[in-house]
Amino acid sequence: MKNLNWISGLVVIVIMAAVILFCPVPSMLSWQSNFLARAFLWLLICAMMCLFRILRGPTAPDRAVAVDMLGILIVGFCAILSLPTGRDWYIDIGLAWALQSFIGIMALAKYLEGKDFDE
Amino acid sequence: MNENIGIILMVIGLVFDFFGCLGLIRFPDVYTRLQASAKCVTLGTCGILFGLFVCTGFTATGIKALLCIAFIFLTAPVSAHALARGAYRSGVKPCEGTIVDQYSETIKK
Amino acid sequence: MINAVSLFILWLFVWSLLNWVPDTKQLIMGVFVAFFMTFMTVDTFGVASPSGKVKRAGFFGIVKKVFWFVCYTIVFIWECIKANIDVAWRVVHPTLPIRPGTIRVKTGLKSDAGLTFLANSITLTPGTTSVDVDKFKGYGYIHVLFLKDGAVSSDMRLPVVDKFERILKRIFD
Repeated sequence: MKNLNWISGLVVIVIMAAVILFCPVPSMLSWQSNFLARAFLWLLICAMMCLFRILRGPTAPDRAVAVDMLGILIVGFCAILSLPTGRDWYIDIGLAWALQSFIGIMALAKYLEGKDFDE
Repeated sequence: MNENIGIILMVIGLVFDFFGCLGLIRFPDVYTRLQASAKCVTLGTCGILFGLFVCTGFTATGIKALLCIAFIFLTAPVSAHALARGAYRSGVKPCEGTIVDQYSETIKK
Repeated sequence: MINAVSLFILWLFVWSLLNWVPDTKQLIMGVFVAFFMTFMTVDTFGVASPSGKVKRAGFFGIVKKVFWFVCYTIVFIWECIKANIDVAWRVVHPTLPIRPGTIRVKTGLKSDAGLTFLANSITLTPGTTSVDVDKFKGYGYIHVLFLKDGAVSSDMRLPVVDKFERILKRIFD
């Protein structure tokens, strides 16, 4: 049963990877921005996995871990967006987002620990 | 040439991101999930940012990407540590296959 | 005082990195911002070591510390890449080969900065996450992803922790 689950998961992942890698794109794109569009889809799948854990997580710390990982993934989104567009304020958004998510996670961890906010 | 090296680094980062998120789904309890995702997602995102730095060189974007790498390497382990401690203190039990648990014995006293 | 000056230079450096390519207008603005940040953070970073007196390192000592810090960075990045390959292998394995557990290790580090760096590097190295640090007794509690069979005793040592501790002792203590 466990092996069956593993094989079905592998099949799903391979199908998704094949769709992302070989789906047709407009031919006027250079191959670099073509690659970046596919990288964006790949990161979206990672973010969907985090969302799955946020929805299904049996306990509150599970959800907190998934939220933390989602925050770091969004920095990756910003980095990928800033290469083809050539705008440098996307990476500014990434920096600010990393700071914000760090503060939020620290507050969440303190809440889980059951202490006051000023220890 | 620089752009190709940067894109190879980005591919490595994307693969590690994927493994980290897969670990978030497959592992049985909070602590093991935290292990997998904190390591893999941190290195993966830093790989993407370093690839961006290699692609753009010493421009405004590249320098900010380097700052972002330093920031993530400093803060991601701290938040993972705080979450693990918070999970233990809030009373989440480790999963069934756990061999030894010396921390719960300590904080019970 | 020397602490405040070095903090000021650090914040000015970070400011000029944040709006690269720095010109005169940005630098004048940056002086004000760095002054404000120094005023805000000098209490946090300027605390003396727990024994009460600050040991001054000479020029040669600082060069040695910088050398060991570069060594630490190289070792850390190598261990981090190894850790990621290890965890990725465990994630895709069909039977999930994990034997998790929380163990207690003893550390010899005293200073706050050393303990923080040790905890951070433990979290990013193979199969371990630091859970808590008891500063007064010198114990660290570590969650390990794969415990070897004979390794469960009361005060055990992990080779990775020992390696980082040896380097960090030369930098911070």
